[in-house]
Parts: sequence; structure tokens; C-alpha cells
Amino acid sequence: MIRIQDVKASYFTPAGEVQAVDRVSMSILDNEVLGIAGESGCGKSTLIKVIYQFIEPPLRLVSGRVEATTRTETGETAVMDGAALRKAWWQYISYIPQGSMSVLNPVAKVGSQFLDAVGKSTAFKNREELYSRVTGYLRELDLPVDVLKAYPHQLSGGMRQRVIVALATFLHPKVILADEPTTALDVVVQRGIITMLAQLQRREQNTLVIVSHDMGVHYQLARRMAIMYAGKLVELAEVGAIVESPLHPYTNLLIGSLPRIGDHARRQGIGGAPPSLLNPPPGCRFAPRCPRAMAACQAADPPPLEYRPGHFVACHLYGEPRTGGA
Amino acid sequence: MTDQLLSIDRVSRVFTIGSIIGGTHLQALEDVTLSMDGSRPTILSVVGESGCGKTTLARIVLKMLEPSRGIVRVDGKNVHDARRGLSDAQFRRTVQPIFQNPFDTFSGRKPVETYLYQTAYNVCGIKTKDEATQVIAAALESVGLDLRIVGGKYSYQFSGGELQRVSVARALIPRPRLIVADEPVSMIDASMKINIVNLFLQLKQDHGISFVYITHDLSTAYYVSDFIAIMYRGSVVEYGPLDLVLADPLHPYTELLLRSVPVFGEKWTGEIGMSDLETREYALAACKFAPRCPYRREICAQRRPPRVERAGGREALCFKPTDYREE
Repeated sequence: MIRIQDVKASYFTPAGEVQAVDRVSMSILDNEVLGIAGESGCGKSTLIKVIYQFIEPPLRLVSGRVEATTRTETGETAVMDGAALRKAWWQYISYIPQGSMSVLNPVAKVGSQFLDAVGKSTAFKNREELYSRVTGYLRELDLPVDVLKAYPHQLSGGMRQRVIVALATFLHPKVILADEPTTALDVVVQRGIITMLAQLQRREQNTLVIVSHDMGVHYQLARRMAIMYAGKLVELAEVGAIVESPLHPYTNLLIGSLPRIGDHARRQGIGGAPPSLLNPPPGCRFAPRCPRAMAACQAADPPPLEYRPGHFVACHLYGEPRTGGA
Repeated sequence: MTDQLLSIDRVSRVFTIGSIIGGTHLQALEDVTLSMDGSRPTILSVVGESGCGKTTLARIVLKMLEPSRGIVRVDGKNVHDARRGLSDAQFRRTVQPIFQNPFDTFSGRKPVETYLYQTAYNVCGIKTKDEATQVIAAALESVGLDLRIVGGKYSYQFSGGELQRVSVARALIPRPRLIVADEPVSMIDASMKINIVNLFLQLKQDHGISFVYITHDLSTAYYVSDFIAIMYRGSVVEYGPLDLVLADPLHPYTELLLRSVPVFGEKWTGEIGMSDLETREYALAACKFAPRCPYRREICAQRRPPRVERAGGREALCFKPTDYREE
């Protein structure tokens, strides 16, 4: 399990502190697919970087912590954070970043990059053994072994992304973080990659955290969904509950704005724009755009609350958890 | 022919990569034919994945690029022949662009309104500032903005969604009859995307403007269009009235696209043929989709697929509807 505790992470720019993730807490469970949704600038990619401990200037973890609890072979619980998590890259936790072209070195063949990346693990005696394991793994995933001899630009975007997924899962990590893994791919290829991720997760029974702006992608893949807005976690629940009974006005409006093939009904977007994170307004960050905003919303930041079992929301409309009724 | 607002007549475009000697040719567009009727305003969506040639097509229609072969006509006049066809000035008053990134349209060096005044002076030939102000204020009002608020602001003071609204207003200043929008919402967040698309519907209805809406997003294409063209590797593989095409696609690629759109609240069903792995290249004369096509037969790898026409103004570039015979 990964516990995110009151994480505040900011980009320190010449213009000031951009509060990209502001006091976010949540738990990511073992053997689950968690989708993190939200629009650009909501902090979802930053949060993933913090979980991966990939924190480079101008990004800084201002406060809070991320810790992973695992069981060792002898059955004891071990807690990792910060540096320990960074040491466990590839083996315990791996990261599929946005844009496969940016992770692969354009002037080196895919195969040597693959071997270099996973070869640091001590599990393999020599490069030959590693190579045969890699080709075996690619075959298992129905990928042509030829990709190892190609340069990244010789592969299609979809194939490159499959290679990255293979690379990220090769050492059977317990946690895989994927940041917009299918953005910029066409929908047919996207379906293929999403299906591949879903199959791998079922097989490995590990944790997959997927960041996407596309609510449809989350619906296909995730079991629980976290909705972020302007650096805040505003709602977290099982996907079914988000579809059937979203609580936060932002979630509601976001879902209402999605066009659907086969339905010509007019949709409405959300007026206004997200606030600047250099100087976010006091109170709820969605309040300036919220049709249900009340005086309390400008005054105080709504704390997250478990409104129904397993359904968290941060909104002043839900002052106290109710029983029965809703 | 003059009753056609836009006619794209057998347009091809080849790019040479590298030097002329020893360089390779890339066929970005191959024999594309599409038209838009001028008798009533319509929205034509051109849908395809990256690399399908849709942006090349947009650039050719917008006169930013010459076709290698074929003719583009607006109101029956050749767009790329300014002397005998449509003059530059006439063209820019009739056809206006909207691009993917509004921050490219309005650089941050000058206030946004400067670009609006430039359009008013240079494209519409307006001479006085008062008249320009009036026209600009009206254009902004059509997209729900106010010159008193927009005026003086720089592009970086807007969100992507708001600034794209301003670029729609800029396109409206010459009162065009056709707007070519190339991926106008792909950089805009979901909650504001639909507002831009709604604007197109409203401008079609209230101002009689037609749109070529170029996108990779089938859901918004469904939402706005009257007609749809599906492109694959430089060719229009299917075309027709929106509802007919999407209810019962003729081309396997259209079918695959529809089955792959991730819908919120609806799980994917069945499986899709994932034969899109890099396989050997088929002969140049074959169907380009054949390597990925779940319905391919031998003939698809050997011959160029026929253009089949079906009732309701539908067309497809495929052997399947002909039962794999050449018509």
C-alpha cells in the first residue's frame, strides 16, 4: 500500500511558487487500478512524480510524505519512503512517463536501452541471460523481438509505447505509475495499450496508477478514481459511484460536458477557467466557477470527508456524513 | 459547380524528405476528393489519427501549401491560382483558419487586440479605427466576449479555452463563409472543449458559417458534424452524412475507430483486431489499411481498393462492400 500524507508540492519559478499539489492525502491499495483524472494544471502529473520520488528542481516537496508499505519475503512489513523508494525504481515501482519518445534515447537501439535500464538489477548473471529473458518476455506480450534492433524513430508511436510498457513491467514491480500513457495515440492503438495494461495488472495482481485527462480511459481501466482540481483532490470513489452518483459539483459538470457518440443532446461546458496556482483564491478553488457556491466556499478550504463508505469528497455542500437517505 | 462552397478535387501532395537526389518521397495525400454544398451552412468533420494527412489537407485548403496534383475550389474558383482563380483578398474574406494552439496565433509580445485590428485592417480593408473597433467588438460579442475586457490583455493572461474563443472571434472579423479549424480543441481541457464546439454550432445557425472541423476526436466530431470524412494514411477511406456513417460504417477502419473510443460509462465490448504491429509493407498499389484490417483478403494486399458509392451520398475506399470484387 502507498500512503500519500498531506503532500504539498510546488514549482519554484521566477514568478513565484506554483502550488501544483496542495495538501493531498490518499491511500493507494495493493492490487488495484487507481485512475487520477483532472484537467491540465490540476496537479495529477506532479502527484505521480511525487509518488515516484522523481522530484527535480523547480519542483520541490514542500511538506508531507509518501510511504510504501510492503511485505518482505519473511513476512515482515517494511516501510519505504524518499531515498528507499528511489532505490527501488524498476523493481518495486516503475514509471511510464508521458510521451514515449522522450524516454527513449533517439540515437541508441531499443534493445541496448532496454538492457541498460533493467540490467542494473542484480537478478541476472550476465547480459546473455538477460537478453534471452527480455526476448522471452516480449514474446509473452506478443511483441516482435525485432523491436530490439530498431531505433525508436523506426517504430510507430503505438509500438514504442508497448515497448515502454514491457520495459516498465519486466522486473514485475509491485507498483506501476503511468502518466497519460496513451495521449497522442490514435484510439485504436490506445485501446490496444489500455487492454495490455489491464491484462498485465490482472496477471501480476499489482497496483496500477494511471493519470489521464480522459474520463473514458479511466472508465475502461480503473477500479477507483481520484478527481483533482487546481492542485486539490476533490473526489475519490469507486468508478461506479463516480458515474452513478458523483458528489462534487466539478465532477458533475465535467461528466455533463462529455459528448457521446449516438447522443445528439446539447452539452454544456464549465464557465470560467481554473485559478492561477501562483496565488490561488482562499477557500475552495472551484468556488469561482461553481454554480452551487455559498458564502462558506470563499471563506474556508473544504476538508476531505468520507461522505459514504469509500466515497470521499472535499466540498462544503457535504458538511457531515449522512446515513440512510442519499 | 458554382453552387459548391468548397470542392477538393483529386488532390494529392508529395513531400520530399532529404535532398532531391537520394531523398525519399512521402505521399501525404493521395487523390482526396471532398466537397461542401454552398446552399446551406454545414459542418464537415475530417477525422483521422496523426499522420493521416488531415493537417496537410487543411494547409492546402487554407492556401498555405500547394497541392502536388488536383485543384481546390472555393465558390468554383481555383484557390491556388490567384490570377485566374480566387484572389488572395477574396480568399481571405471567404475562408478563415483556426489553429490548434491559440498561443501560436497570438504571440505574447503584443496585446491580443493588436492581432484583431490587423485582421480588420489587412483582411477586411477597413480604414478607420472606429469602424475596426465596431467590427471587432461585434465579432467578440458573437463568441461571448467583451472588447472592453479583452482589449489590452496579452495572450498569456488568458486560459487556453478563453484564448481559443478569441481566435474564433478573429476568424469572424472578415465575416467568412467557411472556417477551417485544425484540431481547435485538442489542447483545450474537456470542460471548456465543448464550449468551443458549441460556438461552431451557434455560428453555423446564427451566422450561416460552414466549418471544416479537423480532429482526431470522434466524439466531438459526432457532436457537431453534418458530414464526416474518415482519413487513413493520406486517403479519405469513408465519407458520408454523419448519422449514416457512424450507425453503420462501410469501412473497417471506421468500424474499428468507433469500437475503440473510450466512453465514460460504457465498457468496451468484444475484442478488436490488434494486427497493427509493424508488418511487412504491402505493395504501393494495395489498400494501406490492409495490414491492420480484420477483414482483409488476398486482393486487399494486391490491388488498390475501389471507391464504392452507396445510397445517401456515402462513399468508401474498400473491397469489403463490393464483396471483394472490383466494381
